Amino acid sequence: MPNLKEVRNRITSVNSTQQITSAMKLVSAAKLKKAQDAITRMRPYAGKLRDILENLSQSIDSSEGIYSRQRDPNKVLLVVVTSNRGLCGAFNANVIKRANLAIETTYANASATGHLYVLTIGKKASSFFSKKSGIQHIASHDELFSNLTFESIIPVAEKVMQLFVKGDVDKVDFVYNQFKSAGSQIITLEPFLPVLPPEKSEQDNQSVSSEYIFEPSKAEIIENMIPLSLKTQFFKVLLDSHASEHGARMTAMHKATDNASELLKNLKLSYNKARQAAITNEILEIVAGAEALNG
Amino acid sequence: MQLQIITPDKTLFDGNAKLIQLPGTNGSFELMENHAPIISTLRNGKIKIVIDNNITEWIHINSGVVEVLKNKVIILAEPSLN
Repeated sequence: MPNLKEVRNRITSVNSTQQITSAMKLVSAAKLKKAQDAITRMRPYAGKLRDILENLSQSIDSSEGIYSRQRDPNKVLLVVVTSNRGLCGAFNANVIKRANLAIETTYANASATGHLYVLTIGKKASSFFSKKSGIQHIASHDELFSNLTFESIIPVAEKVMQLFVKGDVDKVDFVYNQFKSAGSQIITLEPFLPVLPPEKSEQDNQSVSSEYIFEPSKAEIIENMIPLSLKTQFFKVLLDSHASEHGARMTAMHKATDNASELLKNLKLSYNKARQAAITNEILEIVAGAEALNG
Repeated sequence: MQLQIITPDKTLFDGNAKLIQLPGTNGSFELMENHAPIISTLRNGKIKIVIDNNITEWIHINSGVVEVLKNKVIILAEPSLN
């Protein structure tokens, strides 16, 4: 039979753990709402940008721009996005695992020649990749998540784009958690640069595009718009990862709270059993004592 | 005419305007009521919005794209860093 006092102490400690996890769950739920709102706010912008680009690329071959030059991937940059904080299940571990997989398989050549670069966003990835050998950890930008605005990501996005334009890297990929719903995140390896030519949609956009005056020429407009759309993509990746983080943490904390309730239920049962046993023992002793006196 | 200036994370302006002066890549230009449909890129500069005869607003942008169609003006802007 477990000791009464021991069980009581454990109940108190599990109780306070449960309070913490359920509070963290509520906080994550609120932050998730905010992160989702940010994604929603960006949608009209991204949608309009894509409309215009698609509209323009119907008539223009944009595969020769500085951002769309296809080169052999000898020098590869992976942008790994995790969170700054833990306690969110397998969220960070999954991203790091996926990045490692890409390093060992898809980009084995680049990593063998020492031209595999990693830029990390989020403390978890930064601390992992700063210690890993066989790759070059060029920078970490953990501060982005403390205040995630479009303005704050511009310098980082531009830095990555410059690396590509100057030929320091031939390919840039993202590894991050794509946000699907609060309960599910999809680990994604997404190409960033070079820009893939937008898919030519089958819709008849020609009639729309001919109505417009273009100033300057269509080709120049595309040239100017691609950096804008790249920065938008960069921002979207971070927003997605941010929302996923809170979704993952909410789920993890929900499970932790449930586990704590389960544990509490069992502990209370054994506490009651132990208490009952103690009472029964006492009665037995009293009865035995009384018997002895009467005898 | 209807004017919307949006960035990926916020709306900088949403409302009616009488005249809009834009920093086009090839030089500054103005939009007024019933402008022909146009798509143009913008460079670093200030957008001047005349809302009414005596109300004028200025918005600073770093770059952007403007689309005008049927008295609806949409500016996709990259906000200025300062």
